[in-house]
Amino acid sequence: MTLPDLFFYLYSGVCVAAATMVIVSRNPVHAVLFLILVFVNAAGLFMLMGAEFLAMILIIVYVGAVAVLFLFVIMMLDIDFKQLREGFFEYLPFGLLIGVIFLAELLLLAGGWVISPTLTKTITAPIPDNMGNTQALGMVLYTRYIHYFQISGLILLVAMIGAIVLTMRHRVSVKRQNIAAQNARNPATAMEVRKVASGQGLQDADAAEWVQ
Amino acid sequence: MSTVGIGHFLSVAAILFTIGTLGIFLNRKNVIVILMSIELMLLAVNINLVAFSAFLHDIVGQVFALLVLTVAAAEAAIGLAVLVVYFRNRGSIAVKDINLMKG
Repeated sequence: MTLPDLFFYLYSGVCVAAATMVIVSRNPVHAVLFLILVFVNAAGLFMLMGAEFLAMILIIVYVGAVAVLFLFVIMMLDIDFKQLREGFFEYLPFGLLIGVIFLAELLLLAGGWVISPTLTKTITAPIPDNMGNTQALGMVLYTRYIHYFQISGLILLVAMIGAIVLTMRHRVSVKRQNIAAQNARNPATAMEVRKVASGQGLQDADAAEWVQ
Repeated sequence: MSTVGIGHFLSVAAILFTIGTLGIFLNRKNVIVILMSIELMLLAVNINLVAFSAFLHDIVGQVFALLVLTVAAAEAAIGLAVLVVYFRNRGSIAVKDINLMKG
């Protein structure tokens, strides 16, 4: 067993174990932490396959953004997770049955096929040997797949705007500063000089208007 | 010579995908864990794409994996935003309470 084999079994074993812990752990915060472990080990698997750029992107995007987003939401919402866990064991036998059948089918598929020899002639963009993975990815991503790249950027923009629009709310009870209204004031509209008769003061109606 | 081939990576991806499916079955009441299970399934798909890319020496698979990664990040952001809005309105995130559209 060579060193890459050893690392493959290490990464994949930890990956599968942590993924199992994601779906069975009682505390959702632990589930998110196990999800991070899954992503880090999947990044290791990507490294073994030679996809270094995607491995780094996986750590930056998933661990740095998505998992932290999950943590934020879990800690922000005051949820009784015990109540949400009811019925876990009720669904366990059925779920396990489906899972075992599904996995058996997938593994039969994964073990029972061969790559057609004619397929090597139809490769679209062969991985060049004289450059690194990042450079090779950039060479095709910014030329042949530039439209896909830009559309994926558009998807991110739409997702960002959507998330902001969904979660933004104006509370009526909170007083806010209206800078435009403040700048539009001038002495003519903001001030009023009144003659107050000595010993009488302002009339009630005038005073109410003045206070406003 | 390394004995780990494409079948090993595809098997790991298949196991991860099954665990993700199982997570949706088992945690039917908890939307957050369901979203995490969907992330697991997308990760399994990415491992498949990268495995084929690496073993066929075709870099297009990695381009696809990058696009899947983008969509997965967008989906997580929107899903969690919907979750926060839902919790603000109903005070709960239980899946069985999501029946306002039932009529």
